[in-house]
Amino acid sequence: MTEPVVPEQRRELHVIDVRTGSFNVTGSGDTSGFAGLTRQIAMPGATSRPFGSYFDGLADVLFARLNERDIDGVEHVVVDRNELTIFVRREHALDVARILRDDEQLRFEMCLGVSGVHYPSDAGRELHVIVNLLSMTHNRRVRLEIVAPDADPHVPSMVPLWPNADWHERETWDFFGIVFDGHPGLTRIMMPDDWPGHPQRKDYPLGGIDVEFKGATNAAPDTRRSYS
Amino acid sequence: MSTGYETTEGRVHTVIGGDWDNVYAAAEGAKEKVVVNMGPQHPSTHGVLRMILELEGETVTEARGAIGYLHTGIEKTMEYRSFTQGVTLVTRMDYLTQFFNETAYCMSVEKLLGIEEQIPERARVIRVMIMELNRINSHLVALGTGGMELGALTAMTNGFRDREIILDIFEAITGLRMNNAYIRPGGVANDLPAGIETMISDAIKQLRVNMRDNGNMLIDNPIWTKRNIGTGYLDLTACIALGVTGPLLRATGLPWDLRKTQPYLGYETYEFDVITENTCDNYARFLIRVREMEESLKIVEQCLDRLRPGAVMVDDKRIAWPAQLQVGSDGQGNSLEHIRKIMGTSMESLIHHFKLVTEGFTVPAGQAYVGIESPKGEIGAHVVSDGGTRPYRVHFREPSFNNLQTIPTLCEGGMVADVIASVASIDPVMGGVDR
Repeated sequence: MTEPVVPEQRRELHVIDVRTGSFNVTGSGDTSGFAGLTRQIAMPGATSRPFGSYFDGLADVLFARLNERDIDGVEHVVVDRNELTIFVRREHALDVARILRDDEQLRFEMCLGVSGVHYPSDAGRELHVIVNLLSMTHNRRVRLEIVAPDADPHVPSMVPLWPNADWHERETWDFFGIVFDGHPGLTRIMMPDDWPGHPQRKDYPLGGIDVEFKGATNAAPDTRRSYS
Repeated sequence: MSTGYETTEGRVHTVIGGDWDNVYAAAEGAKEKVVVNMGPQHPSTHGVLRMILELEGETVTEARGAIGYLHTGIEKTMEYRSFTQGVTLVTRMDYLTQFFNETAYCMSVEKLLGIEEQIPERARVIRVMIMELNRINSHLVALGTGGMELGALTAMTNGFRDREIILDIFEAITGLRMNNAYIRPGGVANDLPAGIETMISDAIKQLRVNMRDNGNMLIDNPIWTKRNIGTGYLDLTACIALGVTGPLLRATGLPWDLRKTQPYLGYETYEFDVITENTCDNYARFLIRVREMEESLKIVEQCLDRLRPGAVMVDDKRIAWPAQLQVGSDGQGNSLEHIRKIMGTSMESLIHHFKLVTEGFTVPAGQAYVGIESPKGEIGAHVVSDGGTRPYRVHFREPSFNNLQTIPTLCEGGMVADVIASVASIDPVMGGVDR
């Protein structure tokens, strides 16, 4: 698509989890020393300017339009792996999305999909909604990320702007429990209509029956001991 | 036996067998609105797709699609498997375009690893070649099942007969006809076997003849044109509003093809045309699929010319899948040469093999989305890694899932028979829709 982004800008890391011990083993007589490991799990955080390639121009236009209307809609911008992710505050998500769709220099006419990610250990920022946008006019891509806490999992629906977000948001509700305010009919789509729980959350078990062999069982994948 | 009960919409009579006379007697004076559940089990629904149609006579007044009957939790299962094992899961999503699923996922993982530039040229050419053969395969199923659903049974038998030619090639290269798990992060699993180039060139010749015959059977066929021209109309505004890509979008006249607009794996160096039509109906999509198959054959020929000896996996031994498969006396397994190397000569190879197979490689934290042009539209893999050996989250932007939202737009206002033709032209594969 475009040349790679120059990774000279300063970048923060956003710590989402601190994991201790290795091999999922705790409280045992593990003398290997790996049980004492502490690892910080960090996702790429806010990137500082310059972003590189078309991301700078895009951000300039977007911030200009937002400033005209006095909307502080963008939390921060992450440029990682040659991709632009805009973290949008959920109160202003529709405003930002409308500017991205309608402004001539941005024109992200097509919404490719809405999906969710669950970070249970990132207190207050557990549920992330990802909106992938494509501009055919300018041949560009951008990703919006909207964050909501577990305690209040409400995010505005993108259906008024892009009708095909309908089924995508239903799937995200079905799997994560994220409520899309303004959705025409937020019901389960993959799971049976009366299913309790939201299966793709990290606190929902994978399920599966232990495989029985003669004299031993192989536990289902989420209850097995893992070595990584 | 029919039972009647009151609802806010009026009296509803459910018909579950028995005599139509009883129904008519009970429904005397009722408004003629019939709700038909074209349930998940139906010969014409392209898999387990449920459509709820409200009919007034032959006209569809409301059409809704319901999915989820093939949901197997692939995305969640991938969170408990290593990145390479993810390929075996991902290949089963849209089972007719298996190499596209694998490639989208692998390219996303490679983007996270930062090794996109290091994929060897031979691996790139093999990926393009096998994807284009897969495109032909998928379009053959689309045309075959579409033909069968409208009554052209020979289209089905011909389409599946031609598929066998390509499935033989897949079996020769990957060992399997379906669910191959051949494209791995870093390259491809196995090098091409000896004699494959002759096999593929013979296949291309045979396919050209067969495709010409199949085309002649349906193009300008009076029944085919009467069923497909003017039905299932979806213009450019509707396509963009509904996020539709693939043959449905190109049937409106917009030449949007990711192989040309956002090329990957060297597609910018191949010569092929983007096929468009501008009548926006089912017939346009049919013509596009027929001609795209011919373009894919052109690309496969160019790939054969470009194949040069070389590696098929990245150099980095901490990522590259170690073993090559070989058919031995007791079936398919690791090649004896590789076993000799890891057990006899190189300790490092043994360690790499062990760590890669048991634990898998680590992928630095972050997220990546890669979209490629599958036969059905844009397929995108969004992979999130937390720095471990397993994906933290994988989500597939599946074209069939998205395109099925066009069912109401395509079907409402038309006749029941056109519903079949329209859904066939969307070409949904429920494995991808439901994942």
